[in-house]
Amino acid sequence: MSAFSAIGEDREIDREEFTPTLEPQATWCPGCGDFGVLKALKQAMPEIGRNPDEVLLVTGIGCSGKLNSYFECYGYHSIHGRSLPIARAAKLANPDLEVIAAGGDGDGYGIGGNHFMHTARENHDMTYIVFDNEIFGLTKGQTSPTSPKGHKSKTQPHGSAKDPIRPLSLALTSGASYVARTAAVNPNQAKEILVEAMQHDGFAHVDFLTQCPTWNKDARQYVPYIDVNDSDDYDFDPTNKEEAAAMATEAEKGLYEGEVLTGRFYVDSDRPSYSEEKQAIGEMPEEALAERYFDDDYEWERTHDMFLDRHK
Amino acid sequence: MTDHELMWRIAGGSGDGIASTSQNFAKALMRAGLHVFTHRHYPSRIRGGHTYTEVRADSDPVRSRGDGFNFLLALGDSFARNPQEGAYYGDEEVKPLSENLDELNDGGVIVYDTGLLDADDIPNFEQRVEENDWHVYPINLREIARDHGREVMRNTAGVGATAALLGIDLQYFEELMAESMPEDILEPNKEILHYTHDMVKEEFDLTHDLRVPQGSHDEEQVLLSGSDTIAYGALDEGCRFIAGYPMTPWTEVFTIMSQALPEVGGISEQVEDEIAAAALALGASHAGVKAMSGSSGGGFALMSEPLGLAEMSETPVVLVEAMRAGPSTGLPTKPEQADLEHVLYTSQGDSNRVVLAPGTVAEAYEQSRLAFQLAYGYNIPAILLYDQKIGGELMNVPASHFDREPNPDLGAVTTEAELAEAPHGPGGKFHRYRYDAEDGVSPRSIPGQKDGHFLVTGNEHNQAGHIDEDPTNRVTQVERRASKLDAIREFLDGQSTQTYMGPDEADYGLITFGSQQGTVAEAVDRLNAAGHSVKGIGVSDMMPYPVEEMTEFLESVDEALVVEMNSSGQFRGLTQKELGRFGDKLSSLLKYNGEPFEPAEIVAGFEASIEGQDVPDQQTTYVPAAGD
Repeated sequence: MSAFSAIGEDREIDREEFTPTLEPQATWCPGCGDFGVLKALKQAMPEIGRNPDEVLLVTGIGCSGKLNSYFECYGYHSIHGRSLPIARAAKLANPDLEVIAAGGDGDGYGIGGNHFMHTARENHDMTYIVFDNEIFGLTKGQTSPTSPKGHKSKTQPHGSAKDPIRPLSLALTSGASYVARTAAVNPNQAKEILVEAMQHDGFAHVDFLTQCPTWNKDARQYVPYIDVNDSDDYDFDPTNKEEAAAMATEAEKGLYEGEVLTGRFYVDSDRPSYSEEKQAIGEMPEEALAERYFDDDYEWERTHDMFLDRHK
Repeated sequence: MTDHELMWRIAGGSGDGIASTSQNFAKALMRAGLHVFTHRHYPSRIRGGHTYTEVRADSDPVRSRGDGFNFLLALGDSFARNPQEGAYYGDEEVKPLSENLDELNDGGVIVYDTGLLDADDIPNFEQRVEENDWHVYPINLREIARDHGREVMRNTAGVGATAALLGIDLQYFEELMAESMPEDILEPNKEILHYTHDMVKEEFDLTHDLRVPQGSHDEEQVLLSGSDTIAYGALDEGCRFIAGYPMTPWTEVFTIMSQALPEVGGISEQVEDEIAAAALALGASHAGVKAMSGSSGGGFALMSEPLGLAEMSETPVVLVEAMRAGPSTGLPTKPEQADLEHVLYTSQGDSNRVVLAPGTVAEAYEQSRLAFQLAYGYNIPAILLYDQKIGGELMNVPASHFDREPNPDLGAVTTEAELAEAPHGPGGKFHRYRYDAEDGVSPRSIPGQKDGHFLVTGNEHNQAGHIDEDPTNRVTQVERRASKLDAIREFLDGQSTQTYMGPDEADYGLITFGSQQGTVAEAVDRLNAAGHSVKGIGVSDMMPYPVEEMTEFLESVDEALVVEMNSSGQFRGLTQKELGRFGDKLSSLLKYNGEPFEPAEIVAGFEASIEGQDVPDQQTTYVPAAGD
């Protein structure tokens, strides 16, 4: 019997279960795109049938990190850039949990860029939502890794001399098996993509365009947007990596030219998740490791019996 | 220690099999009934360079490296750089012989491989041999190995020669070889072993007196390093998750764990950097698995921020820190104890962690287990601080020391039944951080447990984990977290984590922490035998500091000398800070040349200190007490 009875509980889920009573109203600025992520995520939960006690949401630091305060579940508001290594270890420890990591573009593509690359490479079965607003919001408007070249801010008074990070291409080349972009202004698509991302067995990266009305007033509001999977103007196969790469490159380029291309860019349902890979080579148990500590019948191994002979 | 002890040094180049040969040699002597202790010296170099391992063996227990050594087996350095005129590194080909002569004791024995070393290349060799009464046995080990097997087997020839010269029964070596070698390698090795042994007996008149000591064990022994025992302690506490990134010397623990964990259904993760490594350990622990990570100084620096998160979020985790000489890349393969302050204080905010520094290979097992018990019992990070010395040295320990029950207890966690009754905040958040928790320890729930959800955050938070900047809440939570250290101190006072040496009453004290304990213990015995009145203490509890025990110790002596491997006297500083007095009683004996103390250096340093003289050895430094 599982020590974690919330996992797999068979009942109807109400999205309002994820609204905290203590602080039901988020303190993001009026018009902030982050509200769109919160709403889409709450709407997605009944569809995947997960309750607050079986969801682990790990965030970093930034406006995005406040998601944990406004979304009721096992929350882990960690440190800047480090949500992914915490989240993926929790998933290895207990693969039965629904594990979601979230952070901003500075958090995920800047300070945590190394973890992003490696978590995608390993294809952990989890969802990573990046609140991409092309700016540092919480620290009041500095240029971020996705700010366009030439972007002026208090810390880049002459405009950024750097080309922005291309997050979709980065995810793709690193090995993510599900790569999508959606926007806060497109709530239906956002919810659908989050549902798919959480149901996907592998690392699902969602670059979530979240307009910042306070610190990035020059930025577009990500309208009008085009869904590349629905539009007749784009013909590509998201299960084909080469075609996905070309489409991602076009979307990344387009964003800085006023064209908001969203949708699923890459979906690889065949690639085994990291847990499956590790189990296949005998480096991860089949049953959730976390269960073992609550199993009174488990015979714990002793080094005296297992490893001491080689030292005699 | 007896007068008949053997201190055998095997020297060659990195990559010449010095480590494996010396390990088998030590194990053979242990099986022959002796107590053994090894000291490893190797350069931060890929191939070649001056490398040696000493094996000290005696019929009595051996706790330290010795003073110098009395038997040199000088193999060639097969990766020596070709010497050019005026080369900075000199003639590396002769170094296995030349570099070791300064520390070879009077009357010592030298075996060198004439197939690779020419004594004529060493300045004044004959003269030095005569002056020091060395007994030299030149043997073409390389040729023997080549004729009867392969050239790389010359180590075996060297062991055969050693056995002949010291009177060691070959059976112990044969058995070990049979256990580790495949048939096609075993046969030529056995032939080389016997051939060299018999040849030496036939061709040389033995002019030296040194013979292998005779001894017997009254119970079965095992030969282990500190890295082994740290890993085994973790496994016996039910640790089933490790994340790490390679760095010398911590890599040894990581390697042992990575090979053992799949055998016990655990998980090892080699990840992108040490920030990730520590963060993974937190993530796994949060999800309900006993987890660890670790590194050496540079990598541990990267763990600072996750360490602080573990303190603030009260996520239990064990980190190990294998010190090597710093700052920065420092001396990558040499021991030092200069990361004490780093480990105590790194990360922003007030420290709220346990730091233990085991003094011996056997203690490392117990304190590795203790680190897990404290971390999980009190929901606090615990750090095991050790160094390259204790991590790599091998010594014999009774097998029965490890015959203990495993303890997979997750510590201060809730069950679902308890959660159903536990207080919750608005929105159903479990009160994970209760103000009124006993000993400050508020049990945690594990994700997936029904009615257990709460928020972990690095921000200051209220009882449910919700971010809260209210001053009263702040003070309450800071004090509750701090009170866990008081409770841990009280618990540790009932344990025996400090090690006492010498008589109960004495005029002088010798104080040390961590890996120098065995060497200080030997020095204490020698000083008392020489008529001094000295007692010693090896301290393991760095945080929370053993205030009562140390106060009692210092009140009982007139003066005390603090022995540590760093240049700024960090442990003496900690002692004065924690006790707030005794500054006029405490002087320091420091060593920071990349080598651990020898017992004689501590004896000499102590004698110089009480007579107010300079320490005779340039390699150690004496710092007088405040006001002196």
